[in-house]
Amino acid sequence: MSTATIHWISGPVLRAVSNDTFHIREAVWVGSKGLLGEVVRLKALPESGQELTVQVFEDTTGLRPGDPVQGQGAALSVRLGPGLLGQIFDGLLRPLTGGEERNFLAPGQQPQSDQHFPFQPLVETGRILKGGEPFGLIRAATDTPPRDGLEQQCLVPPTLQGEVVSIAEAGLYSDRAPLCTLQESDGRQHTLAMSHSWPVRTPRPVAERLTIGPPLLTGQRILDCLFPVARGGKATVPGGFGTGKTVLLETIAKWCNADVIIYLGCGERGNEMAGVLDEFPHLEDPRSGRPLMERMVVIANTSNMPVAAREASIYTGVTVAEYFRDQGLHVALMADSTSRWAEALREVSGRLGELPGEGGYPAYLSTRLADFYERAARVQTLSGKGGSVTLIGAVSPPSSDFSEPVTTHTKRYVRNFWALDRKRAHARFYPAIDPLTSYSEDASVLASWWHARGNPNWAAQRRRFLTVLEEQARLERMAMILGKDALPPQQQLVLLVAGLINEGFLRQSAFSSKDRAASPQKQNRMMAILDRFMDLAEQAVANGMSIEQIQTLPLLRRVQRMGEEIGEEELELFTQLEEGMEKAFR
Amino acid sequence: MITANLSLTDATTRIDGPLLFAHRRVDVGLNEAVEVTGSDGHPRLGRIAALDDELMTVEILESTSGLGLRGTRIRFFGEPISFSLGPGILGRVFDGVGRVIDGGPPIATRSRMPVDGAVLNPIRRKKPEDFIETGVSTIDVLNSLVRGQKLPIFSGGGLPHNRLAIEIALHARLRAGQETTETQSPFAIVFAGIGVPFETAEFFRRSLEESGALGRTALFLNLASDSSTQRLLAPRFALTAAEYLAFVEGRHVLVIITDFTNYCEALREVSASHGEIPGRKGYPGYMYSDLATLYERAGSLQGKPGTLTQLPILTMPSDDISHPIPDLTGYITEGQITLNRSLDREGIYPPVGVLPSLSRLMKDGIGPGFTHPDHPALANQLYASYARATQVRLLANVVGSDGLTPDDRRMLTFGQQFEQRFIRQEKARSLEESMNEGWSLLRQLPIGELSRLNDQQIDTYIHGSD
Ligand SMILES: Nc1ncnc2c1ncn2[C@@H]1O[C@H](COP(=O)(O)OP(=O)(O)OP(=O)(O)O)[C@@H](O)[C@H]1O
Ligand SMILES: [Mg+2]
Repeated sequence: MSTATIHWISGPVLRAVSNDTFHIREAVWVGSKGLLGEVVRLKALPESGQELTVQVFEDTTGLRPGDPVQGQGAALSVRLGPGLLGQIFDGLLRPLTGGEERNFLAPGQQPQSDQHFPFQPLVETGRILKGGEPFGLIRAATDTPPRDGLEQQCLVPPTLQGEVVSIAEAGLYSDRAPLCTLQESDGRQHTLAMSHSWPVRTPRPVAERLTIGPPLLTGQRILDCLFPVARGGKATVPGGFGTGKTVLLETIAKWCNADVIIYLGCGERGNEMAGVLDEFPHLEDPRSGRPLMERMVVIANTSNMPVAAREASIYTGVTVAEYFRDQGLHVALMADSTSRWAEALREVSGRLGELPGEGGYPAYLSTRLADFYERAARVQTLSGKGGSVTLIGAVSPPSSDFSEPVTTHTKRYVRNFWALDRKRAHARFYPAIDPLTSYSEDASVLASWWHARGNPNWAAQRRRFLTVLEEQARLERMAMILGKDALPPQQQLVLLVAGLINEGFLRQSAFSSKDRAASPQKQNRMMAILDRFMDLAEQAVANGMSIEQIQTLPLLRRVQRMGEEIGEEELELFTQLEEGMEKAFR
Repeated sequence: MITANLSLTDATTRIDGPLLFAHRRVDVGLNEAVEVTGSDGHPRLGRIAALDDELMTVEILESTSGLGLRGTRIRFFGEPISFSLGPGILGRVFDGVGRVIDGGPPIATRSRMPVDGAVLNPIRRKKPEDFIETGVSTIDVLNSLVRGQKLPIFSGGGLPHNRLAIEIALHARLRAGQETTETQSPFAIVFAGIGVPFETAEFFRRSLEESGALGRTALFLNLASDSSTQRLLAPRFALTAAEYLAFVEGRHVLVIITDFTNYCEALREVSASHGEIPGRKGYPGYMYSDLATLYERAGSLQGKPGTLTQLPILTMPSDDISHPIPDLTGYITEGQITLNRSLDREGIYPPVGVLPSLSRLMKDGIGPGFTHPDHPALANQLYASYARATQVRLLANVVGSDGLTPDDRRMLTFGQQFEQRFIRQEKARSLEESMNEGWSLLRQLPIGELSRLNDQQIDTYIHGSD
């Protein structure tokens, strides 16, 4: 193993000299505590040896010239295995565990106890395995009841292949225990365990990238019906402080139809992470009936943790997502907030003395964002299965100014843009997504899915809603000049209907037990009711009914509150509502 | 080489701004504390900012004037900057770097804690959910404060933020029947004045004294006349004391820090003197992370009785909430109470601007089992209606109230009443009094405007008390 000696240090950056070989981006251990770091620059020294510049991911207090730096021989990597689900990790995928003795986090290596998992072989000796193919399952032996929840696989690391020359029997093993040996044609052997490590900055290979789709259902009407995102797609949620980014991401994490959720708290609040850990284990996955936490991996790098690790955490998160995708699963990753990641990039870049670009960010900000979002995809895995990674990133623009670099560059790479509006948030209108500035490029691909699932009019209704909302903005500007009274009844009706779409359809409290997530069926029913209401009201106005008359229909209140009042198990109440509506306009 | 806890004389080779360069003849580690004493005999706190084979760079955290290359002595502590704390800190007054300045005896040390604090392990945090009644309707009903929260007051020059902060500090209590053995722990206040004028510091000291709370308060004063580098340490010393009181002594601690704007100005000044590349409006790019290391030091731990609640005050330059100081703060804290100048001009006290105010932890501390079952809906409806009233007011300002529909005119009246009867208060109100006031305002509105309430709430609270 290569070693070096520190000869200069300031903050999280150090320089060390060595006669051994180091590589750019190689992970290193620093000092006696074994702080994690990464080589970012190499320079040959005049006489002999080389000087390496290292960025340390942890607090460097107490380090001094003369302290050792040890190369790990590989790029910054994380260990991927069955122990990830249901757990919480720091930005470098080290488990945040412990009792009272770990109330406060200390830098350096933490002793980790071995975890054991039930293993079942899937292959026999003699079988040729390619990279990415499973050689076993994480599942209890047949004589014990099968484990509920998600079934995980033991994968051959994507870069290896060969003939199985030995395979362990079913049983309980540590996730690092050697279970399978592969022999390549040239005789080289590889021992495989349940878990393997992978460099975080390298995307995991796939057999083929496929076109995106079907929708990632979020249960949020404004998303699913107006601004849907496809599986394998990418979306961003920009919004000023307090506009609801975190709540939206958490809500999607809870109710979306992905198999695995990676929740990445990147430079945000500790109490929010505590909230996730407090809440998710008690929530039930509507699809499996198991605690939601079992399908989640939480990565927490709160704002007060070292900044350099924040830079790495986003790659850690997406690598974990790809690992589950490679098992043929649909994965959604929520990153809150990518702005904090970009700021970490800026800070590290500044420390390294790089030239600042726009907004002080390094010139490669845009490339890095592209690299990250490019890792979203629907794929055919190396083992021939379908899987996907959907990326949803929050952006926290300074002063809520959407023309700043992180928002604008992100916008270039994502297809779905969910802009949060401060005015809506101030009125406690949630989710505060602005229907006028938000967009979904995935919508066109997804219409056929909805058409095949109970709503042949989805695309038309969606367009109608968006048109009414746009019209509303225009008419409100006019009312500002003329007064509302001066608008003709048809236009006043547009205002009324737009209000109804907002109140009765787009508003959806994340904290309402009946309305926090709506099934596609419920969303279809609600869309249909509003669509019909518009037909009937337009007709009525044309026949001389006054806006006041419509406004005072008791039915209006029922439509305004239908989301909150009609639960999933009583969708037939929508039929009553429809009938009532027909009657009211007759 | 010699080991730490020693001193070095005449090793200094260069002094440049806040930085002092000296021969590294002593084995010190990065970030360790030093005390630099000039020939004037005045000790200054510093820390090791960089090290190489020959030299060490000391960042002096107080004024460097009077230091020379000769006759400067550097004493090494062999540990990061730390604060000696003990039960005796309550009732005492300290300067910004934790030195007793009230003429009393030194503090008997029970714990020595690094002032930078340690990162609270997120999995060990306890979810804050104990509702604190502050007596202010706009806070208790609409933006509830819970123990362990960091809820800043966004104010402006000349607005009554100091009065509001002290009233909250003195009134803050759990509601009757809410106490359990765990919530009963003793209460303490840590007050830190950062770059404040003497009168402000005196106002706080006197108010605490008159109410008899001074004995439960530790005061940290970095006056406007003190060095600006010291301003960066003052909140760290204060928060370390607060952590000691909360997590070692198990108290419920309320930390008031004023004024964070002065802190940020000092940060900008020090960053510039280090020759760093300035970010937005000249503030350093790391200001978010730096502020986070302070604000995140609020919370509570599982299995420990104490809590640390922060009520920082900042004045928004030109009342601009998008200025980097309030903006970055808002991105870190768990909401904000915003004071509004036009309400203040109208003589409304406390002039809380309701719409831009927010408490993110409110939902965990109110409703059934915490306050009242109708609390969330009431807050929600008041917000929705007041937001609508504000919009109508905008419209009315342009087209006059003649251009309004009758419903809109009622909203206009509601908005005025809300400000006069709900926001304005002569004295502290109990939560129940505040809620009653809120319901009585909503009763003026047509049912069609109350879409955030369910039928049962309408029956009980709107029709029920006719
Ligand atoms: N969908 C929702 N339903 C109900 N309440 C919501 C919803 N979204 C947001 N809120 C309310 O708004 C508050 C602020 O939301 P949130 O914490 O998500 O903001 P944010 O955009 O993440 O802010 P920051 O950038 O400062 O982290 C929440 O505490 C909650 O009270
Ligand atoms: Mg957030």
